[in-house]
Amino acid sequence: MNYQAIKSIYTFEMARFFRTMMQSFISPVISTALYFVVFGAAIGNRMESVEGIGFGAFIVPGLIMLAVMTQATSNASLGIYFPKFIGTIYELLSAPVSFLEITVGYVGAAATKAMFIGVVILATSFLFVDLSIQHPFAMIAFLTLTCLSFSLLGFIIGIWAGSFEQLQLFPSLIITPLVFLGGSFYSVTMLPPVWQTITMFNPVVYLISGFRWSFFGTADVPIGLSLIAILLFTALCVGIIAWIFKTGWRIRQ
Amino acid sequence: MTNIVEVRGLTKTFDGGFQALKSVDLDIKSGEIIALLGPNGAGKTTLISTICGITRATSGTITIGGHDTVTAYRAARSLVGLVPQEISLEPFEKVISTVRFSRGLFGRAPNDAYIEKVLKSLSLWDKKDAKIMMLSGGMKRRVLIAKALAHEPRVLFLDEPSAGVDVELRKDMWKVVSQLKKDGVTIILTTHYIEEAEAIADRVGVIAKGEILLVENKADLMTRMGQKTLKIDLAEPVKAIPEALSKYDLTIEDDGLLFAYDTATDRTGIAGLLADLRTAGLKLTDLQTRQSSLEEIFVSLVSETDVAVEKEDVV
Ligand SMILES: Nc1ncnc2c1ncn2[C@@H]1O[C@H](COP(=O)(O)OP(=O)(O)O)[C@@H](O)[C@H]1O
Ligand SMILES: [Mg+2]
Repeated sequence: MNYQAIKSIYTFEMARFFRTMMQSFISPVISTALYFVVFGAAIGNRMESVEGIGFGAFIVPGLIMLAVMTQATSNASLGIYFPKFIGTIYELLSAPVSFLEITVGYVGAAATKAMFIGVVILATSFLFVDLSIQHPFAMIAFLTLTCLSFSLLGFIIGIWAGSFEQLQLFPSLIITPLVFLGGSFYSVTMLPPVWQTITMFNPVVYLISGFRWSFFGTADVPIGLSLIAILLFTALCVGIIAWIFKTGWRIRQ
Repeated sequence: MTNIVEVRGLTKTFDGGFQALKSVDLDIKSGEIIALLGPNGAGKTTLISTICGITRATSGTITIGGHDTVTAYRAARSLVGLVPQEISLEPFEKVISTVRFSRGLFGRAPNDAYIEKVLKSLSLWDKKDAKIMMLSGGMKRRVLIAKALAHEPRVLFLDEPSAGVDVELRKDMWKVVSQLKKDGVTIILTTHYIEEAEAIADRVGVIAKGEILLVENKADLMTRMGQKTLKIDLAEPVKAIPEALSKYDLTIEDDGLLFAYDTATDRTGIAGLLADLRTAGLKLTDLQTRQSSLEEIFVSLVSETDVAVEKEDVV
């Protein structure tokens, strides 16, 4: 293992993140604050509480998930796409590193960034709503696994993408709708039965439900199922990356 | 001298079906400077990229320092630094951080004293905190060289280092290269510029259409280059070389005579020839000398393969 190389990639990527600190943090914080104003204060006051939780508090886990999933995906995909785009990938390919080290470096950095943002949004939430976390360790575990798996997904997208359009296509076409329809802002049980069934095919439902359980102790789906879902998703991404690693797909001609 | 790089039967066919390398064999001796000369599209970049691990070989083997570049890629690549043809750099990074990154990527522990030395040798030290996008093209190429040297490689590949570079930088680069050679680094450079090969290389390889046509000591090539011809224009054309002049290496060309001679020898024979011409009753109107340069050797080699390839096509 070339640990020095992992460290180099990781710190290089993190330096980029901290250099653009303002825009890295400000935009997710502002959009979160806006969600609270709109959904929590304006609309939320006229809504009943969901499963006994005030609406403002109820949407916190979904908001964090929304931000973390999109940030992890876009950070990781840009992290590996950018060197491909500007040509600096030559250095990664000619270095004594395996694909595993490259993946750990880039995905590790992207997951850390997403984690930072998740924590900042959580901290912001405390300013707006009354919140308590029933299972803090489970919360951290879910957050970490989500950051990691979506960074892996983003990494795959970054390798696959041949243009900036393609890079943005996937998050906006797939991830945002799945997260919005995955119960970020409502409980699945509020839907008509047909839609409840359809929703169960959305993998994000299991992640949000599990994450929400760690806050409030209630969930749309059993917590075990949520755990299995996220582990399966992570395993799938790892599998695809292992295949890319073996074949050099879109990386080495 | 042992070989630090050995290429055997290397072929590369791109996905589209284009064969960029046709069974290339190449030995690079430890500590030498070898220049690969070849026209655009000859396969120089493909050859270097395949040795360095950027592209996969279709067949053949490559070893660097005795390590196979596929099965022992870590050991092989650790020895190699690469300066690519295209200027590819992260625009928003600082010079020093991108150089440090390169060192780490190759598994070396941080060593700021060494990086300072490299940056100073390339006149980059006062630019170390500048953002790369603020640098001129020549400065960017220096940064690429600094990155390639950051992990103290034993073999350095320079792919067209002089393309689009001003004279000053080229001279600076030659200085760096000769210092590296003194330190025992093996250097492989590709170039369009024959003067560059002449100025710094120990050996010259000529590559065209994916094949290595020749690899020769520069000194041997220079001897060949020492051939000069004297063109003698005559007032009245001759049909045959007069008997009295048979001891000279003469040929008839456009109503005149061509005399080939060697500048390396003490006596070129020109004085004698001119005297004998007068004795033979030939009146000369003009004289011109012409030197066959490395360029001409190169061009004739490359066009010979054109002919050879065409013949193959016919068969
Ligand atoms: N990725 C690629 N796919 C297909 N053909 C390529 C690719 N890269 C280079 N070639 C072709 O291979 C030949 C050799 O290219 P290259 O090695 O860049 O030549 P040189 O560096 O000597 O100018 C050229 O004809 C070029 O068009
Ligand atoms: Mg080239």
